[in-house]
Amino acid sequence: MLPPSRTSKPRRFRRRANRAPMKRMDDGTELSLTIAQIVQRLKGSHLHSQIERQAKECLHQPEIKLESLKEDVRSFLKTSGWERKLQNAVYRELHVQLPPSHPSAPPEHLKEPLAYMRKAQASWEKRVLKSLNSMSTELEVPLARMRPAVEQKELTNKWNEMGTDEPDLSRFRPVYAPKDFLEVLIGLRNPNHDSSEDVSIKSHWGLIQVPLNVRDIPQLRRAYSELNLTSGQLGIDDHAHIHPDLFENEYVQIGKKVVVEQDSAAAQQYSRQGCPTGLRADLWALILNSTNQPQDVMHYEQLMAGVIQHDLLVDNLIYKDVKLTASNDDYYFVFEDFLYQVLLCFSRDTAVLEHFKYNSATPPRSYIQGKGGDEECAVVYPPNGVIPFHGFSMYVAPLCFLYNEPSKLYSVFREMYIRYFFRLHSISSSPSGIVSLCLQFERLLQTHLPQLFYHLRQIGAQPLRIAFKWMVRGFSGYLSTDQLLLLWDRILGYDSLEVVAVLAAAVFAFRAENLMEVTSLASAEAVLADLSTLKVIPLIQIFLFATAI
Amino acid sequence: MSDSADDIKPVSCTIKPPVYLQIGDTKTDPSHSGVCVVDVTLPFGKPVNIEEITFKNYYTAYVTVRLLRRSPGQEVPAKWSTTLRDLPLMDNPHTEGGSQDYFSIHRTQMQVEPDHVVSVRLILRQPSFAWLTFSLEDIRIFPHMEPDPEKEVSDWLSDLTLVDQHPDLEGLPDPQTVSSSIQQMWALTEVMQTNQTTASIGRFDVDGCYDINLLSLT
Repeated sequence: MLPPSRTSKPRRFRRRANRAPMKRMDDGTELSLTIAQIVQRLKGSHLHSQIERQAKECLHQPEIKLESLKEDVRSFLKTSGWERKLQNAVYRELHVQLPPSHPSAPPEHLKEPLAYMRKAQASWEKRVLKSLNSMSTELEVPLARMRPAVEQKELTNKWNEMGTDEPDLSRFRPVYAPKDFLEVLIGLRNPNHDSSEDVSIKSHWGLIQVPLNVRDIPQLRRAYSELNLTSGQLGIDDHAHIHPDLFENEYVQIGKKVVVEQDSAAAQQYSRQGCPTGLRADLWALILNSTNQPQDVMHYEQLMAGVIQHDLLVDNLIYKDVKLTASNDDYYFVFEDFLYQVLLCFSRDTAVLEHFKYNSATPPRSYIQGKGGDEECAVVYPPNGVIPFHGFSMYVAPLCFLYNEPSKLYSVFREMYIRYFFRLHSISSSPSGIVSLCLQFERLLQTHLPQLFYHLRQIGAQPLRIAFKWMVRGFSGYLSTDQLLLLWDRILGYDSLEVVAVLAAAVFAFRAENLMEVTSLASAEAVLADLSTLKVIPLIQIFLFATAI
Repeated sequence: MSDSADDIKPVSCTIKPPVYLQIGDTKTDPSHSGVCVVDVTLPFGKPVNIEEITFKNYYTAYVTVRLLRRSPGQEVPAKWSTTLRDLPLMDNPHTEGGSQDYFSIHRTQMQVEPDHVVSVRLILRQPSFAWLTFSLEDIRIFPHMEPDPEKEVSDWLSDLTLVDQHPDLEGLPDPQTVSSSIQQMWALTEVMQTNQTTASIGRFDVDGCYDINLLSLT
């Protein structure tokens, strides 16, 4: 939501004909500001120099005339596909750009506008850092150390099979698990919120007690209109017993065209109805604008060098997490080596620090050689500012089905992290943030399945306690892979994690009959323990479009 | 010409404490009506032409702005007028959206010209019972600066389009187009030379050293 603001140029002789109060910044100003910011970010990028080189080289071509130099170069760039690449880059910048803000707003306000949420995030972070510090001290393992040359050589040799290593990880514990984080979210309170009345028309039966604005089913129906019952969907209409000519064949043809056109925006729109298996890798890479150019490969290799050179404490946490989660999973254990290659490099990637401009979290800091306070010696730890928690590797695991080239896999994962996944483990008021998702899940359940919610509450089985672990991981590791990828298609297509909350509610709706019979939290957990047979798109569709309101 | 708020200092004004309107007897039945009035008086004897009012919201749903204006010269008593009615600050009065955001109200949004203003009255409304209190913080009033007259003249001078007289050149390209395209090529090479990159270097260590003992907790 944009505040009313002044225009940047003085309006000397204009009187506004329409005197209605203006909420948005003047459209012209907002656009100029956005354009200026994007130009600034793309300046000096590899794409910029490539386009310049192309423009210079095309001057040799006969069809470029001096009189119409500008237009001819422009149309050359268009026909050779460079304009489309630039469009995709601009589209990508729009996804990660901060919304236009008031000039008085300080940077922390841009990360998170609500003061009490900033405070809660800061104290949560402090807890995590303390935990990491004590782990380092107790186990006598330094947070970071330079590997001796012998060790570096050894690691380089077994880079592709780190999974065969069996280091002693028994002493290491994850820094935190999702349920610890859930307790923090349950304790979130707005000091200005009047919660004096326990039971009232606004009483909320769930665990999340902050009044964020979340969408209800009528609003979701409008926002997710492509998922309605009359639109074809992959995940429903590509089922074996439905003739492919009814939907699938044509839809796949359209998908192929989108890939040929190399258009990010079209790919994103297309993905709302699902991506065909054969095209998904290309479509996701397009949506995320993840290219695998030589400079991306070089960047990845630079990160590899960072892993070889320095050993970090968080590396052990990553090893432990992979061993505990992905390696135990029937679908993902084969990708163990890939996971190390991606996650260890991810920890070294300072490019990830950019996303903290719009993430309510702050990267942990330290000083080298104990020179605390000396800003020259200040560093971020880990280099990417992200401390992995239990289950973190599950964000990467499903992507291994799509990409088998490590630098490409890395590039796609990183973009997905800085657009979506970071919101699942930081405290913020964002509509895609985990707090909003939890609240939305609870509201949807309370509104549309009140009997079920009430029953579960009575037996001490608050629904969020069961659903939280699904949502924090984006359902990775709980659904079968093909279903998970269909869900993530919609996350990318709608540029929002809302569909995760909707699915969680839909799952409860689906198993409502069984859940009404249970009499304890343990049995409720048991009813919802195995989601691997669920078909997610029908569930979401029925919940959104067939629920009586 | 920049007229950003950084260049212009806010007018020093007195912001009276907010008065929350009560319904019924304040002693026996102190129920909030959800309406609050904040008076901002400008320095006595120095009426202001307002350019912009900025503030930080704290759970106010709607704000109405009234101005007390005194026309200069004439001995007419000052008059109150409503210049902006019920501007929504929060999308939904019951939920957090916009509750702690920064806002600006510019003179162009006002229905009445905010000139010769002696006092500003902000009427805050928060109809939702969800909140314990509501107010506006950091209220600042910025004066209207008259634009530099000299600039105005040059501005409309440059708006005049020069009528091109194409000399009759047989077979030769038009000198205007040649010079402009050469200019463009020169500009292109200039840009390439002075390329300022915003891309980060990517090093996470300090001169090769990344020996860290403990994380900083501050």
